[in-house]
Amino acid sequence: MSRYSIFSLMKNAATSHKRWERAWRDPEPKAEYDVVIVGGGGHGLATAYYLAKLHGVTNVAVLEKGYLGGGNTGRNTTIVRSNYMAPGNTLFYEKSMRLWEGLSQDLNFNVMMSQRGQLNLGHSDTQMTVLKKRGNTMRANGIDADILTREQVRRIAPYFDYSPNARFPIQGALWQDRAGIARHDAVAWGYARGADSHGVDLIQNCEVTGFVKEGDRVIGVETTRGRIRANKVATAVAGHTGHLAEKAGLTLPIETHVLQAFVSEPIKPMVDIVVSCGAMHFYLSQSDKGTLVFGGDLDGYNTYAQRGNLPLIDHVMAAGVSLMPSLSRLRFHRHWGGVMDMTMDGSPIICKSPIPGLFINGGWCYGGFKATPASGWCFAHTIAQDRPHDLNARFTIERFSSGHLIEEKGAGPFPWAQ
Amino acid sequence: MARQINRTAGGGEIDRGQTIRFTFDGKQYEGFAGDTLASALLANGVRLYGRSFKYHRPRGLVAAGSEEPNALVTMRSGARREPNIPATMIEIYEGLVAESQNRWPSLSLDVMGVNNLLSPIFVAGFYYKTFMWPASLWEPVYERLIRRAAGMGIAPDQPDPDRYERAHAFCDVLVIGGGPVGIQAALKAGEAGERVLLVEQMPWLGGSIEKLTTDADTLAEMGNVTVMTRTTAFGQYDGNCFALVERVADHVSVPPEGQPRQRSWVARAKRVVFATGAHERPLVFRNNDLPGVMLASAARDYVNRFAVRPGRNAVVFTNNDSAYEVTLNLSAAGVDVSLLVDARAAIPEKLAAKVREAGIEILAGAVVTRAKGFGKLRAVDVAGLSSDGKSVVAPKRKVVCDLLAMSGGWSPVVHLMCHKGGRPSYDPARLAFLPGDLLGLNQSAVGGCAGDWTDEVPPRELWKIPQPDGGVGKAFLDFQNDVSTKDVELAHREGYVSVEHLKRYTMLGMATDQGKTANILGLALMAEARGVSIPEVGTTTFRPPYTPTALGAVAAGEVGRNFVPERFSPMQDWHEEHGAVMVEAGLWMRPRYYPKDGEDIHAAYRREAKAVREAVGIVDVTSLGKIDVQGPDATKFLERVYANNFATLKVGRARYGVMLRDDGVVYDDGTTSRIAENHYFMTTTTANAGPVMAFMEKLLQVDWPELRVHLTSVSDQWAGIAVAGPKSRELLAALGTDIDMSNDALPFMGVVDGTLDGAPVRIFRISFSGELAYEIYTTSEYGHALWERAWEAGQTFGVVPYGTEAMAALRIEKGHVAGPELDGLTTMDDLGLGRMASKKKHFVGGVLMHRPALLEADRPKLVGLIPVDRSLNLKSGALIREAPFHPHDRPVGDVASFDELTETPEAAGLLGHITSVSYSPELGHYVGLALVANGAERQGSLMYACHAVKGENIEVEVVSPHFVDPDGERLRG
Amino acid sequence: MIRIDCPFCGPRDHGEFTYAGDATKVRPAHGSTDMEAWLDYVYFRDNPKGVHKELWHHAHGCRQWLVVERDTTTHDVLSVAFAKLSKSGGG
Repeated sequence: MSRYSIFSLMKNAATSHKRWERAWRDPEPKAEYDVVIVGGGGHGLATAYYLAKLHGVTNVAVLEKGYLGGGNTGRNTTIVRSNYMAPGNTLFYEKSMRLWEGLSQDLNFNVMMSQRGQLNLGHSDTQMTVLKKRGNTMRANGIDADILTREQVRRIAPYFDYSPNARFPIQGALWQDRAGIARHDAVAWGYARGADSHGVDLIQNCEVTGFVKEGDRVIGVETTRGRIRANKVATAVAGHTGHLAEKAGLTLPIETHVLQAFVSEPIKPMVDIVVSCGAMHFYLSQSDKGTLVFGGDLDGYNTYAQRGNLPLIDHVMAAGVSLMPSLSRLRFHRHWGGVMDMTMDGSPIICKSPIPGLFINGGWCYGGFKATPASGWCFAHTIAQDRPHDLNARFTIERFSSGHLIEEKGAGPFPWAQ
Repeated sequence: MARQINRTAGGGEIDRGQTIRFTFDGKQYEGFAGDTLASALLANGVRLYGRSFKYHRPRGLVAAGSEEPNALVTMRSGARREPNIPATMIEIYEGLVAESQNRWPSLSLDVMGVNNLLSPIFVAGFYYKTFMWPASLWEPVYERLIRRAAGMGIAPDQPDPDRYERAHAFCDVLVIGGGPVGIQAALKAGEAGERVLLVEQMPWLGGSIEKLTTDADTLAEMGNVTVMTRTTAFGQYDGNCFALVERVADHVSVPPEGQPRQRSWVARAKRVVFATGAHERPLVFRNNDLPGVMLASAARDYVNRFAVRPGRNAVVFTNNDSAYEVTLNLSAAGVDVSLLVDARAAIPEKLAAKVREAGIEILAGAVVTRAKGFGKLRAVDVAGLSSDGKSVVAPKRKVVCDLLAMSGGWSPVVHLMCHKGGRPSYDPARLAFLPGDLLGLNQSAVGGCAGDWTDEVPPRELWKIPQPDGGVGKAFLDFQNDVSTKDVELAHREGYVSVEHLKRYTMLGMATDQGKTANILGLALMAEARGVSIPEVGTTTFRPPYTPTALGAVAAGEVGRNFVPERFSPMQDWHEEHGAVMVEAGLWMRPRYYPKDGEDIHAAYRREAKAVREAVGIVDVTSLGKIDVQGPDATKFLERVYANNFATLKVGRARYGVMLRDDGVVYDDGTTSRIAENHYFMTTTTANAGPVMAFMEKLLQVDWPELRVHLTSVSDQWAGIAVAGPKSRELLAALGTDIDMSNDALPFMGVVDGTLDGAPVRIFRISFSGELAYEIYTTSEYGHALWERAWEAGQTFGVVPYGTEAMAALRIEKGHVAGPELDGLTTMDDLGLGRMASKKKHFVGGVLMHRPALLEADRPKLVGLIPVDRSLNLKSGALIREAPFHPHDRPVGDVASFDELTETPEAAGLLGHITSVSYSPELGHYVGLALVANGAERQGSLMYACHAVKGENIEVEVVSPHFVDPDGERLRG
Repeated sequence: MIRIDCPFCGPRDHGEFTYAGDATKVRPAHGSTDMEAWLDYVYFRDNPKGVHKELWHHAHGCRQWLVVERDTTTHDVLSVAFAKLSKSGGG
């Protein structure tokens, strides 16, 4: 792998950029691998990268039904944060944050990680209590957090509605200074290039249609490009975990829902933080390209169609203008949807499944992007060592039966409410 | 004042009688009514309209409609500023002010043009490969520079002074597109008596054909046909629903009084006819972005509709028939067209004859290889094209011109049809993606968007013009995002070969025009590079909106105070008159406190709570959820939904009930009373009124249809007042109802119906405050009157109105759980209510509450907390630890200590948190409720309440949560 | 906008309804103490890509619970019935 740098750019400019190598190979699938990872999104690619880099497992294939990073990796709103308070989540997401912080250098691929800080707004005493609990839990675990007053929020973000006209007056906020955004596609491409350089085969346009079993054990997969055997099969197909697991005979506590996202026309710098507002179900940041990227709540019905409907769209626009009245004349130029694995407690699954040979990584709800590095890191550990790391030990399927749920909100066993 | 030097003497659809003055970049111009900003500036000889996104190259008009990629301007100013509006979509009005953008100091002299010189380095994806060293410079330097350079216009920074509204339309037939075929479709449906809605984004009907006024007039006269111009169908959603935005007042300086700026429509149609036409494609040759190079169809629109000559000396360059007519139009308008360059070796003879008749030379089998000029077109290089299309051949020549009208073929506007997720199908003969399977039930496509056109000679496939001189210079596909053929080649070389990777790596089609003119060129070039067919490469996804749409338009006025509804009790006027400070509670606005004589919130609630404990207070409890439960199986039903016993509840008595979710966690609580044998009156918390009602309806309709129970939500029908305090009985007795208030007649937890001056009242003897207390309800229309009566009757007893803040203080003193404790995570046991759960019956949640994790002994349990130093305040959300937390215990970003941590809260010493705090007027210091591991066993021990974010630690004593009157003597009194 | 043809109110936008998921899950009999059955009812469900039988509550209408068959890949609504009647076999 040739290294990327300003010098390599200049050198290649001199030869009209005709000498750049492929970022990753386009290999034919082999008949057998040590590990087959189903799903070439950020999580699958990160898993392959860490398997090869940290655990020396390099006879690995990543099978992707379409193109790398084509699922939720390329559809999310790119927010990175580690402000979780439920035991099980807190340190996992902080692990992710720490991996994010050196990721561009580690991958030699600029993922444009921008730690511009995030405001989590509170609009009532009850919300402020929860934010304080969240912030205190973060801080007690070595994660940066602060609780801001209304006036402090106003200094950071004078463009919100502080007038008496605000339906949900801002009372304060939880601030995480290290939170921010990263360039989503670059994460997939950076991990892909890194995994490929360690010998991992990235196989696109290769859809898994079923599992090959020997007795109870999964020993491979059937694909649109033939049967591929593997000692271990690992799925990282959030959005589709439910029906893929079904093919292996496993019913999961997951429903698939759509989350919509929106992008505005490109404008000069306007919002230099990430903001989220639970009361209004709204979040917003400005990309390095100048577009505002924003979104809201789930549409709220099972769907695999990567698109949503008007009631939610109307609501998101109304929330945006209500929070930030100057957005009114700004125009959005595209909206889309991604399908989410919604679990019954809002937290993911990273574990050995009850079926021997099958490992599952899914149930990311709408928290998947920020988790990408730690998800890959923990999943690689789980696959290579045949047991979970402490950081993902709680992300089991059995927790629903035992009651050891990992809930941030206490919304109950309703996937659309997480 | 510039003159309209390019305006033709006659013709066009503009009104020469109405001169309109406007300003662009500080300079005054004149145009005519009917002009767009683009046509009016063109008439005045303006060639330069904008700078490109990345390289800041000078750009002129390419199109005449919403697909315009270059001429984006900032409209208006101040609170009405709107960036990035295509000049082609702006109707000029008197006093219009517009400015160019993304340039400094001026459009003609843009120092950021230096980016163009650096373009050999600023290739597709360059930023992924650099700015990584040193890592510390990324955010403060590199990223900051990137962010400043990016973006086009400047967004408004003030609230929008204009108004928006929503409207709904229902029709038999929705026709999208008011061109000739759309008009015909609407006429046909209209004549058949169907309710027709025709929408057209431009201000006029007729599309590119100008003389259709007769048909348009006929349409206008049909009562069952509605024509909406200036209206864009921007999105298709499920069930033949279309989102439209009507630009009501964008063509005037300020919306007329009473009018919104824009109106957001949702149209639901039984049948849809797409008549959205087709976009012409550019041709891809070196410097094809020079101002003066425009689409042939745009050149035609400027001469025909706007009577503007887009140039003096023109060359036309095409690969299909359509530009021949344009050539004639230009010539007829007085443009000196010297040459028609047709890439096809065989040309349409009938059309060619006409062109030649007009004295215009035709060069067949030839191409324009390069546009020349600095900042604007001065000449083009023309050469022959080899039969395989791979190289240019002699003869080569240079032709002087200031306008190149190009036509690279046509792309049907299938965008809206794609919004439901389908893919169009490629027709290699027409070189176009056609609707194919995109059309759903009751949908059809007509005209250009269906590929309904014919060429006498088929178009020549020509996605880029071969570069004769070794590939120096750029040939653009996506003008707005500065994507050139070289970027596609680079993407291919590096393996970004899927059409989505191409888009994401090069930004092709990711600009505000969503690649309307660019996408197909890009994927065709990728197909060429990969050596596969265009359908094999596939298409990217067209997403709503079809054209950029204002957030405010879609929000449609549901902003600010109207974001969600506000609910008010019938006593609201009284609260306002008495200076109540309101607070939101589950959409309800409730009095938080009633400040007296400049009191702050603390002084006010302490005074109010004290008055309740010492005399009597009244609080508006109308917002509580109220459900009337009736039917022969009502008792059976309540036995199932409540965890505690209701079968033994006697008529005329009330009981506190706890409801679980199916997963065994506490859902809601409230007081339910038995009005008659088969009639109960249930109350829920304010927040859960709706969900509890829906859940119980589900149980009855879906799960237990055999139960004969009927539920009626009566939350809005009953207004309620809690009367609390030692003198509450006296107050109620003085009210003048026909109810006997004596302890015998109305004991604790008793309920009785009666009247007050003929109005129905219902009195419950229940207490949330721990004092002798009642709740009195009446029908909503008498709510205010009842409150006034209670207020008057209470004067003798020193009554005070109290708000939610004092209510919270009173309930915390009593250790009653509320929202902060009922957080969806706690069990009955956690809340100290475990003994209430019936062991003799089955109830909702009764099985899963026995899961191991819900029974663990060390779960956080409800306790009371008192600061050891009584002068200190407690904070809700503080964590409970056995030792204080010091920031150096766990430094932020400390990798070593992080790696040692295991994922348990105990690792950080966290044993619980404070849920609710209040100053206790009774005790004279702060008290708190908390959920603490092994809480019951910790009573009497000292712990620390840690507000870790601020490094604050307060030593607290763990006590019973029942701070005041733990035995409940007062409320039974 | 998904249009749901409520048997009582007629065709309405889905925004009037509240979604409540899988309608094929049968609540264990009241009184059942079978932990596995309850776990299965509360947490585990098919997540079909295609036709899905699901519950919608016409919360801003007649307040009837409906069983809707809908395709999760296209959002096409195939049938709508009162939950109460379909449960008791009446429709």
